[in-house]
Amino acid sequence: MKKKVVSGLLCAVMVASLTAGCGAKNTQTQETTKGSATAETTSKGAEAQKEEPGKEGKVVNIYVWNDEFKARYEDYYASKLPAGYTVNFVTTPSENNAYQNALDEALLNQADAKADDKVDMFLVEADYILKYVNSDSTLDLKEVGITEQDMSKQFDYTKVIAQDTKGAQKGISWQGCPGLYIYRRSIAKEVLGTDDPAEVQKAINDWDTFDKTAAKMKDKGFYMVSGFDDSYRTFSNNVSGPWVNGDKVVIDPKIEKWIEQTKNYTDKGYNQKTVLWAAEWASGQGPDSKVFGYFMPAWGVDFVMAKNSLAKAVADGGKQEVGNGTFGDWAATTGPESYNWGGTWLCAASGTDNADIVADIMKTICTDDATMKKIVEEKNDFANNKTVMQALAKSDYKSQFLGGQNPLQMFYDAAEKIDMSKISPYDQGLNESIQTAMHDYFNGTVDKDTAMKNFYTSIKEKYPELKTE
Amino acid sequence: MGKAEKFKKAVVYVVLMLLVFLCLFFFYCLVINATRSHPEISKGFSFIPGSSFGTNLQNVLHNKNLPVVQGIINSLIVAGSSAALAVYVSAMTAYGIHAYEFKMRKTIYMFIILIMMIPTQVTTLGFLRLINTMGLMDNFLPLILPSMAAPVVFYFMVSYFESNLPLEIVESARIDGSNEFYTFNFIVLPIVKPALAVQGIFAFVASWNNYFVPSLILKSNEKKTLPILIAQLRSADFLKFDMGQVYMLITIAIVPVAIIYLCLSKFIIGGVTAGSVKG
Amino acid sequence: MVKEKKAKTRKKVSYAKWGYIFLIPFFATYTIFSLIPLISTFYNSLFENYRSGLTQIGPNFVGLQNYISIFQSDLLKYFGNTMILWIIGFVPQIIVSLILAVWFADFRMRLKGSTFFKTIIYMPNVIMAASFAMLIFALFSDDGPMNNLLIKAGLSDGPIRFLATVWGTRGLIGLMNFMMWFGNTTILLMAAIMGVDASLFEAASIDGAKSFQIFTKVTMPIIRPIFIYVLVTSMIGGLQMFDVPQVLTNAKGTPDRTSMTLIMFLNNHLYSKNYGMAGALSVILFFITAVLSMFVFIMLTSSGNKKGGRN
Repeated sequence: MKKKVVSGLLCAVMVASLTAGCGAKNTQTQETTKGSATAETTSKGAEAQKEEPGKEGKVVNIYVWNDEFKARYEDYYASKLPAGYTVNFVTTPSENNAYQNALDEALLNQADAKADDKVDMFLVEADYILKYVNSDSTLDLKEVGITEQDMSKQFDYTKVIAQDTKGAQKGISWQGCPGLYIYRRSIAKEVLGTDDPAEVQKAINDWDTFDKTAAKMKDKGFYMVSGFDDSYRTFSNNVSGPWVNGDKVVIDPKIEKWIEQTKNYTDKGYNQKTVLWAAEWASGQGPDSKVFGYFMPAWGVDFVMAKNSLAKAVADGGKQEVGNGTFGDWAATTGPESYNWGGTWLCAASGTDNADIVADIMKTICTDDATMKKIVEEKNDFANNKTVMQALAKSDYKSQFLGGQNPLQMFYDAAEKIDMSKISPYDQGLNESIQTAMHDYFNGTVDKDTAMKNFYTSIKEKYPELKTE
Repeated sequence: MGKAEKFKKAVVYVVLMLLVFLCLFFFYCLVINATRSHPEISKGFSFIPGSSFGTNLQNVLHNKNLPVVQGIINSLIVAGSSAALAVYVSAMTAYGIHAYEFKMRKTIYMFIILIMMIPTQVTTLGFLRLINTMGLMDNFLPLILPSMAAPVVFYFMVSYFESNLPLEIVESARIDGSNEFYTFNFIVLPIVKPALAVQGIFAFVASWNNYFVPSLILKSNEKKTLPILIAQLRSADFLKFDMGQVYMLITIAIVPVAIIYLCLSKFIIGGVTAGSVKG
Repeated sequence: MVKEKKAKTRKKVSYAKWGYIFLIPFFATYTIFSLIPLISTFYNSLFENYRSGLTQIGPNFVGLQNYISIFQSDLLKYFGNTMILWIIGFVPQIIVSLILAVWFADFRMRLKGSTFFKTIIYMPNVIMAASFAMLIFALFSDDGPMNNLLIKAGLSDGPIRFLATVWGTRGLIGLMNFMMWFGNTTILLMAAIMGVDASLFEAASIDGAKSFQIFTKVTMPIIRPIFIYVLVTSMIGGLQMFDVPQVLTNAKGTPDRTSMTLIMFLNNHLYSKNYGMAGALSVILFFITAVLSMFVFIMLTSSGNKKGGRN
């Protein structure tokens, strides 16, 4: 009923789609019919439309927040796409919940959208996957023809996270995102006297030794981490309970620990006071940097660090090779705690008119051994496939960026340890808000209580339904 | 000319040069950045031009997700029509208040001054729902038509009429048998051309740079205006996004406005001066 | 004034209807695109109406609950922020513009290239506020060129973290507003000053008046209407300030929410689809602006005595 009131207000656009039929040409002539439309809402017409012959569009719309999956799609699926189909990526950046807002809007209008405008597939991150997993807008993967057998080689946590309360599998991922501590070999040699990952691990095995090493780094003029947000995931991923209990926001002791540690590091000069993704943060991975290491998952090593490390960028004719900037001067080790950062799951949208294509994309990229092996070898991604990863961990696979190290066994072990049962549907907004609010505290602009108050104010704006005190 | 005068003049020139430097400095930074590749930009700022001007331009113009040329056309349509409508209708309204004696005049004048202060954002919520109900989402009309009610332009026009439009002109036109619309369109408007030009360019620039409402109304790629494209390009993705392209697009977005402004500026500055002296 | 006499002696009452006719387009547009949305916003503010995940909550009638919540929030702080941000941009802007306008309008000075100067100082206004904010962000970042310059010149030992301090951020926002608007204001004021009969200045200077006296006694009273126009439009712009702080602080109003303006606050609620709260906030904003505009209106009417109640 409530839904109807809202959709009643949004009516006109929808009706146009019911009368317009399909075909790309119609999109150009839509506006003229919209005006005369009357309010007649069908709340759940999606299922019915799927069966109707002639309703199927040849456009597959995939909602994404960046180009990562698009690159995978183009390299490993595009050539298999049946003739006559086009795949259209709708990109909205994720910052400030923009992606979710755009996706929600599209999903809520799904029933009434033109066949070619329907969302067919969308991508979600761990931080908010539950919101979509527990909604009717996402199809059970069984319905599109992906079986448990297909997913048998995947890491458990990647499956569990995408199951709704009844156990239906609603999402699938091609990657695992276990994180490690990636450090500079040359700095390790200078300060710790060795660059061997096993030896370095001893110096950062838990948070106490990590702190001690940070002090040593400081003495020699180096920074243990780049800035405020670097160690955040190692804490937030090992919390004892979810962010939200019922409708109440709970600050976990691990989050408190992050606040305490980062404040301490900032005051003592163990970090460069940077913010995640800022220019200063990125240049800390490049030449002339004084930053010892970064907490990074597999995708971060390949996509972020390798690029930032170069003195002469690829675009300017440089190559990703040892000797260009800090490329090759890095190594990976487990660090104080195993954690997961990020991850992308593919979901099929209810009401999709191209379920077969969606399923085929999922199967190829997320379950096919040969394809996944290629992804690891060519893109240094960490594939969500135990068989493939185990084989590669024992192979002579080498990461040039990590100075010839094979980090896959380490990633594999970390992936086995990941526990994603403590997530909540609100994680993205809450993680973002607490980081922003605490930056002021770290900078010394406000005291901790004020920072907390700002955090609560911010989440009240983002999620009116949550209680904060 | 006395010594003091000369000294004063020197000070004036120094101050002016300083301000000109400041103004041009930002354009310089912008253009410099447009010539640099993303890795160069992300490594830090530089005041020396890079060599990626051509690459950036190519990338922007051939970006499949980013119909730049279409965006320029869209922006021109929206900003051009908004500015024209805003200026014409505001002049008309101001003329109605200025030239005619009627009962409600004072009240209406007061009302418009009052509503002038209301931020557009206050009505955004209701506006969006209305546009939705009218089926005008993803259409230029909701961006163009509301500009007909532009209280700020109206306010300026009324002030201008008061100092520059003697009502004798209107009276004598009436005696010559001119009807009221003819008088307004062909006698009054030419007299206040300078004011129209000034407000026209202000309205054009405001609409050209407007992001807030268009970003809520325009959805499809082929309808998007330049500010939306810039925002889209800028936040595309931290892994792939290319600041070189972003700065290039901003530079492209400035060019048409700058040209229009430069063409009109002599007319505006000269016109305003000439018009004012008479009054 | 001439037109006053004319208006009184005008015999044909029939022209009055033309006044109404000329007002139709404005009011038709205003009613459809502003008044109706405004009323619907008022109505919405009485409901609990937001989206939790993909589930719509409400609309449920809650009376004035939304208003209570808004007043319990930091509304006053955001109002203060908005006014401060406006003032630190506007004060230098109006001072510089007045000085420039006087210079440009001073025939005795015979400035060379004044058209060139006038053209250039208006130019920053054509840059999109958001793009401008991006540039400033890059220029003043911790490792940016401004800091490099300051360190090289020996003015600072380490990087000044402009955007981590309250007044650094506010100052930059003020700087941007100043840069974007001082040219515009100069042109308007100059036009007004040039409208003043040159013989007035001459008479004053023959009487031995100093430049400053001429300015306060002759120039200011005459350009007062345009001056007020500038003040009013700038205040409107100030109240609606959004793009510059939004982009500069990445929508967060950092640090400590001290650069969060009223419209950014509204935008936060609009963004999370909280229509009830956004509606209530809109209504409150409406009343704030109504009070301010009443204030301005009183200023206007009291200054316009010689216009004989023309307003």
